[in-house]
Amino acid sequence: MDTFRFIKARDVSHAVQEASRSTTAQQGAEIRFVAGGTTLLDLMKLEVERPSQVIDINHLPLGNVEKLPDGRLKIGALVRNFDLAHHAIVQSEYSVLSQALLAGASAQLRNMATTAGNLLQRTRCVYFRNTALACNKREPGSGCSAIDGDNRTLAILGTSSSCIATNPSDMNVALTALEATIHIQNKKGERSIPIDDFFAVPGSTPQHENVLEPGDLITYVTLPASRPGTKSVYLKLRDRASYEFALASAAVVADVVDSKFNRVRIALGGVGTKPWRSREAEQALEGRAVGQSVFREAAAAALHGARPHSENGFKIELARRCLAYALTLATTAA
Amino acid sequence: MADEKKLGADEEESRFPGRVSRRSALWQLGAGGVAATTYPLVSSAQTLPGTKGSDTDEAMIADAIPVTLRVNGKLLSLQVDPRTTLLDCLRESAMLTGTKKGCDHGQCGACTVHVNGRRVNSCLSFAAMHENDEITTIEGLGQPGNLHPMQASFVEHDGYQCGYCTSGQIMSAVALLKEPCGPADADVKELMSGNICRCGAYPNIVAAIQQVRQRA
Repeated sequence: MDTFRFIKARDVSHAVQEASRSTTAQQGAEIRFVAGGTTLLDLMKLEVERPSQVIDINHLPLGNVEKLPDGRLKIGALVRNFDLAHHAIVQSEYSVLSQALLAGASAQLRNMATTAGNLLQRTRCVYFRNTALACNKREPGSGCSAIDGDNRTLAILGTSSSCIATNPSDMNVALTALEATIHIQNKKGERSIPIDDFFAVPGSTPQHENVLEPGDLITYVTLPASRPGTKSVYLKLRDRASYEFALASAAVVADVVDSKFNRVRIALGGVGTKPWRSREAEQALEGRAVGQSVFREAAAAALHGARPHSENGFKIELARRCLAYALTLATTAA
Repeated sequence: MADEKKLGADEEESRFPGRVSRRSALWQLGAGGVAATTYPLVSSAQTLPGTKGSDTDEAMIADAIPVTLRVNGKLLSLQVDPRTTLLDCLRESAMLTGTKKGCDHGQCGACTVHVNGRRVNSCLSFAAMHENDEITTIEGLGQPGNLHPMQASFVEHDGYQCGYCTSGQIMSAVALLKEPCGPADADVKELMSGNICRCGAYPNIVAAIQQVRQRA
C-alpha cells in the first residue's frame, strides 16, 4: 500500500519548504498542494496522480480580492470561483472573467475550486484519465492514443505529434484575454510571469504543462487596471447547455472608439493545448472598422494554423463562428 | 407518504428484535468487506459499533490521523486514514448514510452537503480539510414529521423516482435559495445542473424549488 502523509501548511514559507522536496511540480509530483481538491482528488481516485504527501493550503491568507493603488486587481490564489465570479469589481470591470467562471463546472464545484487550482486544471482527454491506455502526458514515451483515437473534444491548435490534449479551463481563457500575471513564491523569493508564458505547449514534453518547479506556490494573480469603456464577452459552445466543457469558446476584450477597434485582446478555449491567445486575430482587428467581414477575417486568421484530427475537424469552423459571434456581442453590448 | 413513519435503524431494531434491516445488513457487510478492499482512496475503516476490528482494519488505520468534525451541530472525533474523503467519512464513520455516493468524481451531485452554508461535492474533499467547518447533511436539514420546506415541497411535487439523487438535489436546492439566481425556471435549471437525476424527475424538481422560492 502506498504511504501517504497529509499536513496543513502553517504559513506560505512552510508550504513552500515542504513542497520543495518534490522532484517535480508537474505530472506525477510526489508532493501536491490541495486547496479545492476538485482536480486532485478526482485524479488520485483514477491513480493518474499518486502523491505520497499532500499539503493543505486552505488556511493560508491568500483568499482576498483587492484593488491595488495603481489600479490593478489582485486576486488571491485561494479565492473560490463562486466569490470571484460574483465580486462587484470583477462583474463591472472584468465581466469576461465573471462570465467565463459562471460558464464553467457546476455551482458545487465553483464553491470549491480556487483561482490557482483552476489555473492548474488538467485536461479531460480520456486517454490521460485512463491508466490502462497510452498517454505521453501521463507516462512520457508511452505514445498518444488520442491522435488516431477518440479525439472529438481535443485540440487543433498548439498540438504536437506527442499530444493533442485540450486545456479545459474557461477561467484561463478569460485571464489570457485580460493579460493576467501569475505571481509565484518559492524558497528563493517571488517571481511574476505573464499568463501566456506560464502555460507551455506540449512539444515533445507534454508532461510539462507550465513553468512551475518544485516548491513553487502560486500566491496570487493580477489583472491590469481596467480601461473605461472596454467591452468584454465570453462565449462558450458545448454539447449541452450547462455543466459541460467547451468544444470552442472565445474571450474578447475590446476598446472600440468611433466604431473602430482601438485595442483588442482575443483568446480561444476548447481548441488549444493551452489557453489560446490569438495575436493573429488581434492584428486583423486593430484599427479596423467594426463589421461582420472584419470579424470573419479575424476568425479566419485565428484558426489559420489549426490542424484537425480524425474526429475534430468540425472545431475549425465552430471556433471561427464562435469568435465572430463573440466579436458581434462585444461590439453591440450595451 | 407524509404519514408513513420511517424508522431509524435503532428504532427498527427495538421494535422488531432480531430483524435485520437492509441498512444494518449493508453496514455489517461494509465493516468486513468493502472497507478492506477499497483502494486507493480508502474508506476510513473506522470500527463500527458492535463489530470487532479485524487485523486488516487495524493495518489500514495504522497511519490514521485524528479529525474532529462538526456535523449537524454535533462534534465528532474520529480517527481516519488521511485519504478519506468527506463523503466516506460521513457515510462510514459518522454513519450518516443520507448523503449518497454516485459517481465519486464530482460529476453527479449525489454527495452534495453544505460546508459553512455552501453546497459542495463531498466526494472531492478530504475529511481532514474540514476541521472547524460547519457541515450540514440531509439528516441535519429536517426529520420525518419536521421536514424542511424544501423536503416537503419535493414530496408534494413528486420530485424523485428512485430517490438516490434526492438528498443531493435537496441539499443543492436549499443552498441555491441563498445564491444569486434569476426568477425563471431556466435560471434554476442552470444552477441545478450539477445534480444529475437519471430517472428524469427534473420538471418536478424545478417545480418543487420554485414553490419554495415563491413562498420565501
